[in-house]
Amino acid sequence: MTGIYAENSEGIFKKSVLEAAAYASQISTDGVIAVCIGEPNAGEADKLSKYGVTKLIVVEGLHSFDAQNYSKAIAANLEGIKTLILANTYEGKSIAPRVSVLMNGSLATNVVSLPDMSNGFTVKRGVFSGKGFAYVQLNRENKIVAITPNSIELKENPVSISIVKTSVSESEKLTQITSTNKTAGKIPLTEAEIVVSAGRGMKGPENWGMVEELAGLLGAATACSKPVSDMDWRPHSEHVGQTGITIKPNLYIAIGISGAIQHLAGVSSSKVIVVINKDPEAPFFKAADYGIVGDAFEILPQLIAAAKAAKN
Amino acid sequence: MSVVPDTTTKITFTDNNTKFNTAGVQFIINPYDELSLTKALEIVEKNSGTVTVATVGLADSDAVIRKALAIGANDAIRINAEPVDGQFVAEQLAHVILEGGYDMVLTGRESIDYNGGQVCGLLGALLNWPSVNVCTKIDVIDGNAHFERDIDGGRETVISSLPVVASAQKDLCEPRIPNMKGIMAARTKPLNVVAPIAVDGFGHYSSFESPSAKQAVRLFDAQNAAQLIDALKNEAKVI
Ligand SMILES: Cc1cc2nc3c(=O)[nH]c(=O)nc-3n(C[C@H](O)[C@H](O)[C@H](O)COP(=O)(O)OP(=O)(O)OC[C@H]3O[C@@H](n4cnc5c(N)ncnc54)[C@H](O)[C@@H]3O)c2cc1C
Ligand SMILES: Nc1ncnc2c1ncn2[C@@H]1O[C@H](COP(=O)(O)O)[C@@H](O)[C@H]1O
Repeated sequence: MTGIYAENSEGIFKKSVLEAAAYASQISTDGVIAVCIGEPNAGEADKLSKYGVTKLIVVEGLHSFDAQNYSKAIAANLEGIKTLILANTYEGKSIAPRVSVLMNGSLATNVVSLPDMSNGFTVKRGVFSGKGFAYVQLNRENKIVAITPNSIELKENPVSISIVKTSVSESEKLTQITSTNKTAGKIPLTEAEIVVSAGRGMKGPENWGMVEELAGLLGAATACSKPVSDMDWRPHSEHVGQTGITIKPNLYIAIGISGAIQHLAGVSSSKVIVVINKDPEAPFFKAADYGIVGDAFEILPQLIAAAKAAKN
Repeated sequence: MSVVPDTTTKITFTDNNTKFNTAGVQFIINPYDELSLTKALEIVEKNSGTVTVATVGLADSDAVIRKALAIGANDAIRINAEPVDGQFVAEQLAHVILEGGYDMVLTGRESIDYNGGQVCGLLGALLNWPSVNVCTKIDVIDGNAHFERDIDGGRETVISSLPVVASAQKDLCEPRIPNMKGIMAARTKPLNVVAPIAVDGFGHYSSFESPSAKQAVRLFDAQNAAQLIDALKNEAKVI
């Protein structure tokens, strides 16, 4: 049996959880157990069963996120499980190390491949902020693997699922959440399949309307380069790169970004990269699949019009 | 505090792709650890106490550790071992933290070389302390730690008692840089080298790989940008 931690966001299992399920079901020969904290919405368990989850354990009694309490609940409900798969999200990464200590296991985060089990258990993980990959052999019997969103194919494996409920007591309030502020309706950058990103070439925050409009039409999240967030043109949560967020969307559109090595570090694993820059010598073109040399202020309106037309 | 290759480094591998090629590479304080160090200094200035820097590394880390002392840390501990993996590092750090009796431990959100993002949570579990990841604000008020942290798709404020371990995210503070006085003072500050404890293997890096090279870019005419949308839709099939 392989386990997954099914992180839920207001009762919903996001794509990254389904990827964890697909991953687990491809390496397990006898089913997949998912642990989820708090009751998921109606119909959500079926999403898991489509990707091979045979049993869902719903843990009740924990009322707010605390890495320590969550990890204990997960480890306690996965006794006997040798391999645990999680999504490499902020929540997944807060929990995975703690669970690995409780399970006395070997931990790999940032994993981008299924394991090679021909000789032990070796996974490929991203290192050097997008500038390299490493093959890591996990030596302990118990293994904890956190997978990068968008790196594992969502392979269907429909099975029937049983659901059991259990409850734990919130013994100690270790950390207490005093407020939560979610950017409602926005697609989290780390999970977005399409990202529209812009840099200093946009001249000022007042010009981001076009960037947001294009992103809206494509169902994309927005991102930016470091100077743009340093100057507070955009929130820091949009900053991608070596010292920002590392992303791996299917499509990354970079507008008015030069393509400095530190920026590329965070985005170079994107499947398709589009660069729009008025300087034909901009280094970003070397990392791009498609490009347009020209003024963003002339090109964006054309792209917006074409995206609207393509939608209809 | 982890010591990492400068952010402009071209990453290559040697010995049949089994080792990171350090030839000509400049090493720096991990950018997130510049933040955690600065924040630690701010916290002791507002409250009281001292700041210790702990690094798992070999003697070649000493120059970078001296820089942290120049920025303002009171003393440093170097655990004399190659930092082979996050779990190994965390076990070593947990040992010196327990011996030192600290109230708060700050790490970076991740090291920009191995990108594990593991050490904060591992330390929390090994020490049996609460852990708070990716913090954009950290304050100690009346003996409690107050945090603002990034969560998937938003931010959250959190309060914890001490001791606690937390990791630094960009936006936490403006990193300090050493001044002349600090550099002079750093020369005589204690940098204690200790032997590692024995822990068994968690994982083993068998080989490395560079990202596959891109094909040449396909350019579209600026007057006819609509063609790009068409190619993304019908050729690349990504929209
Ligand atoms: C330690 C360290 C860490 C760093 N980490 C990061 C990181 O994580 N992420 C990051 O992004 N950067 C990072 N940087 C900064 C990085 O080196 C670059 O300075 C930064 O990425 C440049 O941002 P930019 O491309 O938006 O701006 P610029 O370099 O100013 O480039 C602007 C680009 O826009 C183009 N342009 C101008 N006007 C137009 C127009 N009208 N139409 C079309 N194109 C136009 C220009 O030709 C130019 O290529 C880091 C630097 C250091 C030292
Ligand atoms: N060799 C090391 N010595 C001391 N601290 C480290 C070391 N490696 C990582 N850390 C700390 O753990 C954080 C996260 O690292 P990682 O889990 O490797 O991504 C870093 O920002 C450092 O604060």
